Amino acid sequence: MGDPRGFLKMKREGGKYRPACERVKDYEDVGIPRTNKQSQEQASRCMDCGTPFCNWGCPIGNYIPEWNDLVFNRQWERAAELLEATNILPEVTGRICPAPCEYACVLGINSDPVTIRENELAIVEYAFGHELIAPRPPKKRTGYKVAVVGSGPAGLSCAVWLNRTGHNVTVFEKDDKVGGIMRYGIPDFKLEKKILDRRINIWQAEGIEFKTGINIETISGFDAVCLAGGSRIPRDLKIEGRELEGIYFAMEYLVQSNRMVAGEKIPAGKLIDAKGKKVVVIGGGDTGSDCVGTAHRQGASCVVQIELLPMPTERRPEDQPWPKYPMILKTSTSHEEGGERKWSILTKAFKGQALPAHAYRQAGGRQGARVKMLSCVKVDASLKEMPGTEFEIEADLVLLALGYLYPEKKGLLEKIGVEFDGRGNVNTDDNYMTSVKGVFSAGDMRRGQSLIVWAIQEGGCAAYNMDKYLMGESYLPVF
Amino acid sequence: MSRPLHKVSKMKYVNKRKKQGLYDPAHEHDSCGVGFVVNIKGEKSHDIVKNGLSVLKRLAHRGAVGADPKTGDGAGILIQIPHEYFTKACEFKLPLPGAYGTGLIFLPQNKRLSATCKDIIAKIVEAEGQASIGWRKVPIDDSDIGRTARETQPAIEQVFIMKGKLVNTQLEFERKLYQIRRKIEKEIKTADFYITNLSSKTIAYKGLLMPEQVENYFLDLKDADLVSAIALVHSRYSTNTFPTWDLAQPFRFLAHNGEINTLRGNINWMQARGIDAIRPGGSDSACLDNVFELLVLSGRSMPHAMMMLIPGAWEQNKLMNKEVRDFYKYHACFMEPWDGPAAVAFTDGKHVGAVLDRNGLRPARYIVTKDGMVVMASEVGVLDIAPENIKFSGRLEPGKMFYIDCETSRIVEDEEIKEEIYSRRFYGQWLKENMMDIDNLPRVSVVEQESQETTTLLKAFGYTREDLKYVLAPMAEKGGEPVGSMGNDTPLAVLSSKPQLLYNYFKQLFAQVTNPAIDPIREELVMSLESYVGPQMDILSETPGHCRKLRVLEPILTNEELERIRSIQKNGFKTKTISILFQIEGRGTRDLPAGRHGEGRLLKALDRICHEAETAIKDGYSFIILSDRGVSEKHQALPALLSVGAVHHHLIRKALRTKIGLIVESAEPREVHHFALLFGYGADLVNPYLAYEAIGLLVERGDLVLDAKTSVNNYRKAVNKGIMKILSKMGISTLNSYRGSQIFEALGLNEKVIDRCFAGTPSRIGGAGFDVIEKEAKIRHSEAFDADTSLLKSGGVYQWKKDGEFHLWNPDSIAALQDSTRKNDYARYKEFSELINNQSQNLPAGRQVPTTLRSLFKLKKKNSIPIEEVEPVENILRRFATGAMSFGSISGPAHETIAIAMNTIGGKSNTGEGGEDPARFKDKRRSAVKQVASGRFGVTTNYLVNADELQIKIAQGAKPGEGGQLPGHKVSAIIAKTRYTTPGVTLISPPPHHDIYSIEDLAQLIFDLKNVNPAARISVKLVSEAGVGTVAMGVAKGHADMILISGGDGGTGASPVSSIFHAGLPWELGLSETHQTLVLNDLRSRVRLQTDGQMRTGRDVAIAALLGAEEFGFATSVLIVCGCVMLRHCHLNNCSVGVATQDECLAKRFGGKPEYIVNYFSFVARELREIMAELGVRTVSELVGRTDLLEIDEKILPWKAENIDYSKILYQPPGKEIYCTKVQDHKIDKILDRKLIKLAEPALEIRESVKGEFEIRNVNRATGAMLSGELVKKFGERGLPDDTIYFKFTGVAGQSFGAWLAKGITLELKGMANDYVGKGISGGKIIIYSTEKNVIIGNTAFYGAISGEAYVRGAAGERFCIRNSGLFAVVEGVGDHGCEYMTGGRVVVLGPTGRNFAAGMSGGIAYVYDKHKEFPDKCNQSMVELEKLSSQDEKEVRRLLTNHFKYTHSPAAKEILDNFAKESRRFIKVMPKEYKRVLLEKAMGEEELELLEVSDG
Repeated sequence: MGDPRGFLKMKREGGKYRPACERVKDYEDVGIPRTNKQSQEQASRCMDCGTPFCNWGCPIGNYIPEWNDLVFNRQWERAAELLEATNILPEVTGRICPAPCEYACVLGINSDPVTIRENELAIVEYAFGHELIAPRPPKKRTGYKVAVVGSGPAGLSCAVWLNRTGHNVTVFEKDDKVGGIMRYGIPDFKLEKKILDRRINIWQAEGIEFKTGINIETISGFDAVCLAGGSRIPRDLKIEGRELEGIYFAMEYLVQSNRMVAGEKIPAGKLIDAKGKKVVVIGGGDTGSDCVGTAHRQGASCVVQIELLPMPTERRPEDQPWPKYPMILKTSTSHEEGGERKWSILTKAFKGQALPAHAYRQAGGRQGARVKMLSCVKVDASLKEMPGTEFEIEADLVLLALGYLYPEKKGLLEKIGVEFDGRGNVNTDDNYMTSVKGVFSAGDMRRGQSLIVWAIQEGGCAAYNMDKYLMGESYLPVF
Repeated sequence: MSRPLHKVSKMKYVNKRKKQGLYDPAHEHDSCGVGFVVNIKGEKSHDIVKNGLSVLKRLAHRGAVGADPKTGDGAGILIQIPHEYFTKACEFKLPLPGAYGTGLIFLPQNKRLSATCKDIIAKIVEAEGQASIGWRKVPIDDSDIGRTARETQPAIEQVFIMKGKLVNTQLEFERKLYQIRRKIEKEIKTADFYITNLSSKTIAYKGLLMPEQVENYFLDLKDADLVSAIALVHSRYSTNTFPTWDLAQPFRFLAHNGEINTLRGNINWMQARGIDAIRPGGSDSACLDNVFELLVLSGRSMPHAMMMLIPGAWEQNKLMNKEVRDFYKYHACFMEPWDGPAAVAFTDGKHVGAVLDRNGLRPARYIVTKDGMVVMASEVGVLDIAPENIKFSGRLEPGKMFYIDCETSRIVEDEEIKEEIYSRRFYGQWLKENMMDIDNLPRVSVVEQESQETTTLLKAFGYTREDLKYVLAPMAEKGGEPVGSMGNDTPLAVLSSKPQLLYNYFKQLFAQVTNPAIDPIREELVMSLESYVGPQMDILSETPGHCRKLRVLEPILTNEELERIRSIQKNGFKTKTISILFQIEGRGTRDLPAGRHGEGRLLKALDRICHEAETAIKDGYSFIILSDRGVSEKHQALPALLSVGAVHHHLIRKALRTKIGLIVESAEPREVHHFALLFGYGADLVNPYLAYEAIGLLVERGDLVLDAKTSVNNYRKAVNKGIMKILSKMGISTLNSYRGSQIFEALGLNEKVIDRCFAGTPSRIGGAGFDVIEKEAKIRHSEAFDADTSLLKSGGVYQWKKDGEFHLWNPDSIAALQDSTRKNDYARYKEFSELINNQSQNLPAGRQVPTTLRSLFKLKKKNSIPIEEVEPVENILRRFATGAMSFGSISGPAHETIAIAMNTIGGKSNTGEGGEDPARFKDKRRSAVKQVASGRFGVTTNYLVNADELQIKIAQGAKPGEGGQLPGHKVSAIIAKTRYTTPGVTLISPPPHHDIYSIEDLAQLIFDLKNVNPAARISVKLVSEAGVGTVAMGVAKGHADMILISGGDGGTGASPVSSIFHAGLPWELGLSETHQTLVLNDLRSRVRLQTDGQMRTGRDVAIAALLGAEEFGFATSVLIVCGCVMLRHCHLNNCSVGVATQDECLAKRFGGKPEYIVNYFSFVARELREIMAELGVRTVSELVGRTDLLEIDEKILPWKAENIDYSKILYQPPGKEIYCTKVQDHKIDKILDRKLIKLAEPALEIRESVKGEFEIRNVNRATGAMLSGELVKKFGERGLPDDTIYFKFTGVAGQSFGAWLAKGITLELKGMANDYVGKGISGGKIIIYSTEKNVIIGNTAFYGAISGEAYVRGAAGERFCIRNSGLFAVVEGVGDHGCEYMTGGRVVVLGPTGRNFAAGMSGGIAYVYDKHKEFPDKCNQSMVELEKLSSQDEKEVRRLLTNHFKYTHSPAAKEILDNFAKESRRFIKVMPKEYKRVLLEKAMGEEELELLEVSDG
């Protein structure tokens, strides 16, 4: 603990962002980096608890109090070393993790928690800035060959740990670039893609082989395999009017936007553009919020985000006491940038309008009508419709951000013949091994849709178990 | 024909119980009263014998009785051989005196066996060239002895042996008799046979008798012809459960009051020398007698032998004569001290002597009469001597000897005896010529040897980031031990899923009750770490070569020092390095698969090392270095502790150990506990090279601001201090006697490991073997060399860490408990209890961690009953108590919340050490249990009378055997008020209660407290360790109403981390042992048992009850319910949730409510009821001791614990009464105070003055205490006006005269008093005077005094006015440690003081009249300054002296008063530095205030 009484002297200062009016005009990172001094001050608030609930709240078990202490003492290099010991992507989690650690912080009981996520980011950016993060290939190779399918956070985490312990790792990715949802799902204003590239270059230099653009259907020649393809089948809203033009899954929209920002050209007919449109985002989660931010940047005339569940409280509700990760009202930077949020709303139907001829052509020559309106009704806390509260929302573009169901089974999973659990995810034993010997699984593909830190955690656990499977014992960290 | 007798042992003569269950007779302790009466001129008379027997009777209260009220623990008398009487009594003719030897023999009652014994004796006598004269039946009358004694009574006969023709001198004859006795003892091994003494000079009459029974039992003693000039007597109080006939004292030469703490080591060292003098199965006193006898018979004089065995504290004593120091130093080269509290009286029939241990921890007073008699005893007043017949009186001083030569008819002064002894040889010159100092060895340059990276090595030896941050860094930075908080909730080493260092399988033992811990800081003068290393020579001779040794002042060697020894070539010394590495294979790769790693290599390596060590000795090496330098991927190190233990014990078995110095060069040890273990198992010196490197790393990284050299020096200093603390916890003062003394208990190691490497160490549940030790080392090693990270492991022991060691208090369990109790949600509580109860299910498969011993139990749920039939929750709640957490360690709101909750449910809260605000006494914030701890802070009469229970805290789980310190900055105004001290002044709690150095002292304190408040039950808090059952036994005999067995893992506030983790054992063991021992001895029905230490759930309670507890204590869990989230910051005063802090702004954050605690206890009781219903038991009482309802759950045993054995824990001893059904008889019905109270009625009722006069004797104890209790109950703390009750006494007062004397009472004593005068005095006045100038009051007078006045015309013993809070006292001389730990009050000393005056004195003022200008040397000036008197002081001193003269007519006072202007300049003012600063600040503050008022006006 840097300063035993730091928490009594210093107030919490959360992350700072560029002005909404400015940042909404570009796709660059919304955040303003903190100075090192500010980071030290914030780190001084950490009490180095005997029972660090932050460490418990963090799925990957970041050594939070330890690196807070080191930051306070300006021992950045060692802070970075500790951070790297548990987290393969602190520059990503430091930006977009919902930070369950902060909700578990002991200071949060009767004061404001430590700015753990910002401290994490400060450490890793300091480390990159001072070239402390460099390729560190393993000292010796075991001779085993391992394949990882999928390059999202789970797959990457698995690959990195296996490579560190000396196995030869090949990562297969069906998209043309590595990163999964981090690259294609999360907008640049939250996570610039150069951040990912910076890290991937290092891993390549450490010896991981990335094979992108390959949608493999069979796999052979490896001593062990990890399936980490994510949970990619989105939840749909199959109500009246769903077939109308102008209704998309959030991920279709975000992927396209991200590709455009990355400089790719999208054929006009396939373009989903919010410019000048009334946009309705259905789903109040993070993906929905990303859609809001993207739509504003594209120049939407109006953005409304609706959510079936009631509006959460701003403070921790009684039934979710500290140190639980609570369901409370989260206002993201995208929300600050405009738009309206509505709660307790059930969408009953999409109402459309036939497309005029020119619009019909613009839309890529597709048949049919275009969405114009949502018929909604208010629901009570138990999600029952409240009679007489029916209303309508105008919409030119509807984005469905309702979460994901399960992984894509067609192709590789079916070919290999792994079993699935009741929810349609890949089933494994306690050691992350699927029903097929030597084939492991991790991340959303195994546990269903979740947070990025859980994906990283899963990848690490799979790596530990795979190493143990190959070597008899493993010295990889496991949480 | 000689049948091997030891095989025939059906006789019941010896009541010695065998080891059974957790009871082990090896833990028994002695303590007692000892004394002698001697005619200086050697004139024999029967009166001397009669006087001896009177003394014995008057010491009766220092002995004990067991369940059988007429069976004592043993008593006896040793006299000169009464030749005339034996001539008369024998049917056969006796030769001239001195020409025959005789002694009482305890024979089997069985005639045939008895005859066999006699045959054997006859044969041996003959074989030794002596002649049997005959046997005489010793006439006895056993009509009045106890049942137990009678049942085990031997046939007592007396043998007479005639001196053989070839024997010339009496010494030779004595040697012969000795040889005969040893031979007989070896031949007749049955426990039914015992030789009391076989001598041509002395004879002992003793047995399993009470002191008053001795003279009636042995009819000889009544005969007027039985005469002697010497009578040495002893009354035994053994904590042991099963006193036996043969352990009664006096022994052959001596009687001992005390306890030899280093006994195990002393016995081992004797064995290591190949000397077979100690009779197995004897007590510590018996063993001491055996060795003393050997030394005396080999030609040394008695004082010489005694000085060898029980040396004074010479090492640091600059006031001691150099020759004496040389003598001690020389003998330290080949004899380790027998360390521990001891008052030993000894005689050879011609000389009588007595000696006190270096600490003076036993009382010994003497009186020399004008008619040539000397009476020496543990107490004064044991023989009625007319005051006019007293020539002089005195007390034995620490390390000093009192010696009477009856041949020359004189008392020989300590100095003279010593001079005679040291001048026999040129010890000083011998030392100069032979002893080498390590500092004088030639310098050697240290070559960097390691090729491995430091971090790799650190990993290989299991260093964690925590070790660096929380252990090494604080040591290197501050030179002291690191401090932590909140106990230990991690798995036992044998259960942990993480590889453990072997050290973690051992727990430190500590002194409780039977002898005191020492304060290694304030009483540093008795401590020493000096070592004399190298081959030893024969202890029976003395030559210059005996001190050819290497002298090392500090046992933790630097690398350079080690190299000096390695390359030593002087003095014939040479050194051999033996590697403790062995070869292994690494983790496999695809081409080289991981194979089994060659099990059993470790054992082979041990064999090799032992063999090499033996060879080294044969090759003439003087030192061996066991070294683990050179670890690499293929070379793994043996655990250093295992290697040391194996070599040490191997060499002991071969009687070679003393031929060589054993030095350890190891990367492994880093914590204080590690070093203590290495020394405790035989290492002479240790070089922890990797700890040094790690510190280098910390410096390099900038974690330490100091330079490397300073850091390493600080670290060594910290280790040294830590070792001293561990020694002192056991009451051991020197490393020389601690070395090899094995004062540890193993937890989780199997017999094979113990027998080979740690022989003699208790290990009661078995557990891991060599294979496990090997595998654990292997895991660490492999990981270090395979895992591709430079980062050390996180550890997670001192803090919870996700990837660290498992903790029962973890975020999940803390959250569940808080959540459930806040919402009053039982279902949620069950989630919590499930997390605790099913420790094996907390984690994913493969990472299961049972944590505690109880986690391995399964309850046998067989005959379940409906829950309605189980007693209600309300009944159960009354059995719950909260732990002793002081207001000071926790915040005011937290302390009161707990009290309110406990009063609500009918349970008991505990004040903890530190008093309680009297404002709380009468309302719901009151604590039912008021604790009496060593600091006695706030322990006023008023406090005592307002308790339902008075708890004597002997030890606490977090740091048993240690004292405490509340730094001045934490002593706020309110804390100071409740503790009756000054704000801002540091408060020190001494390690021991200074009125409890032995079991009879504890009995006395129980008696004192019961007197003050007869309505309160008295409880005694002990901490679990091997032997606690026998201690508890003694406590039960001392009339405690309740005994609390605390687990060693408990603890809430701050403690040194090594103590939190490594001292004390789980309550499961201590509780079972205590319960079994009490049941076995039929004492369980007299005392209730409570247990605590990490108690959390209803299941915990159920198991505690099944193992023997009736009541249950909770502490940590209650704090957690109140909002504690285990920050473990208690020691930082920085608790962010307001629980453990005195910071007002933080205390405001406290969010706990009494309801939460009420909910919690209701849940626990409800869960217990459910379990009881399942077990089919209706009441908690019926649950107690039902171990048949428990079994071990084989399914959840972790791999290391597969062979764990709970049979001893589950053992049910024979005995019907298995819970408390009776009340203790405190024997306070007929005491003197009843008379006093009667007489004081007018005062107590209508405040009228009363006066009275009484005779008083030493058996009148705690006089005034009950009267004070009555008075305060009536009038509260303010009491009555001074002198309202005025009682005058004449004679010798017993112990605790005027204890807790209340305001309004004056006790005047003409005569003398024993120990503990005026302890806890709260406003009363005590006046004592005598015609005698010397010592007139005993030790530890006015301990914990609160307020009042005392005037003593005469000198006091050791520790006068210690921990005085506010008493004003005048005395005319004091012994050692005067005014120690004093925090307030004024003390005037008109005569000489002993050493170490004012140690730890943080407040108050002492004025010492230093006529001979010797005081500054005797004063411990680390906390005080010596000043001249100011005019204010002069006024004060004058006032007190005027009073003193007025009350006592002291000539000394008069003399000074008459010339006050001149004499006042001879006073030295002893002023605590901190006190001075605080007073100054206060004065300045007041001035400012005055100024403000003025300007306002």
